[in-house]
Amino acid sequence: MRKWSREEIAARVARDIPEGAYVNLGIGLPTLVGNFLPPDREIVLQSENGVLGMGPAPPPHAEDPDLTNASKQPVTLLPGGSFFHHGDSFAMMRGGHLDFCVLGAFQVSETGDLANWHTGAPGAIPAVGGAMDLAIGARHVYVMMEHTTKSGESKIVKKCTYPLTGLACVDRIFTDLAVIDVTRAGLEVVEMAEGLSLEVLQRVTGAPLALRATRHG
Amino acid sequence: MIDKRIATPAAALADVFDGATVMIGGFGYAGVPEALIDALIAQGSRDLTIVNNNAGHGEIGVAALLREGRVRKILCSYPRQADSHHFDALYRAGKVELELVPQGNLALRIQAAGAGLGAVFTPTGYGTQLAEGKETREIEGRHYVLEYPIRADFALIKADRADRWGNLVYRKTARNFGPVMAAAAKCTIAQVREIVPLGALDPEAIVTPGIFVKRVVEAP
Repeated sequence: MRKWSREEIAARVARDIPEGAYVNLGIGLPTLVGNFLPPDREIVLQSENGVLGMGPAPPPHAEDPDLTNASKQPVTLLPGGSFFHHGDSFAMMRGGHLDFCVLGAFQVSETGDLANWHTGAPGAIPAVGGAMDLAIGARHVYVMMEHTTKSGESKIVKKCTYPLTGLACVDRIFTDLAVIDVTRAGLEVVEMAEGLSLEVLQRVTGAPLALRATRHG
Repeated sequence: MIDKRIATPAAALADVFDGATVMIGGFGYAGVPEALIDALIAQGSRDLTIVNNNAGHGEIGVAALLREGRVRKILCSYPRQADSHHFDALYRAGKVELELVPQGNLALRIQAAGAGLGAVFTPTGYGTQLAEGKETREIEGRHYVLEYPIRADFALIKADRADRWGNLVYRKTARNFGPVMAAAAKCTIAQVREIVPLGALDPEAIVTPGIFVKRVVEAP
């Protein structure tokens, strides 16, 4: 069995973003998804600091300090792009206008609860940014993460032990081992890395999995 | 004649008082009113409550205010950054109070103040630590948390151009919190790159109408 690389996970997420979608890619791993969006699809990227129609990083020395993304890195604006203030930016989420967001996670529960903002460790400085707004606001929430922690514990759990970002908000989980949907009936495996069996996947997953009968992911 | 132009940042900030709540615009480096923050540091008022998306970075701006021990409390969404060492140290020592607010709720609560609302029901944060102890309500099957407005005595913001009436246009993502903060403070002070003659700004392009702005300062 070969695990999917970060790039392969990002490419797999990108495949599930349809033509015409308005999308916010969270900071960290999800930012990679932008490199794999199919060029034949018109997909509009939103960044919560106030831009729609965000383009890739500018060439060296063409950076504009007034044009950045939510990670505070320089970006560009595509034709048709627009700028807006924070009130409008978060209305796009809360108001259900944003079709997709892709977020990283510490844990996702079998009911789609998301924990991704705070470890709760003593001395840790909490910082939340737009994570809670995205989690409950985007119409479809995709999570992109390693299947297990560095010490081998499942990041998919029955109940999150880390502080929650949002309740029952995750729709689909993309890991280095599988693509898993959160459904009313529980977690359904849509796809697995080549050579992986449901039995082995279940062993490294902290909540019950079912194999989707017909693939329509 | 209405003339909101002030000659220097220092003159624009002369009446900031001890214990004031001060909103400061900016996200990362974009839209930070550096000249106004420098003037606030020099001005000397203490015991401030600061409303900003972050809690400062490096040695400048909000970080410098914190370093000088001038901040009692900060309301922000994302205090932790690679170089937020001044905030980190003060927070760990219990020397600055933090009210952590999800970014969208921060914008919304500031908007609520500017719009004269008593409070708002927002879905963001429901069921999380950041909504603990707050009133909630289920409306048409969705859960909401009651959040109160954030008002300020002063808002320090950065725009690109202004006229003497205080009309403002912004530049790219430097707009961020400027327009919402402008409406939520008793005294909004805008630092701009250029002040142009009245009538020179395209009325269709004005983002913040001058009614929300008390003072404009040119800081190229």
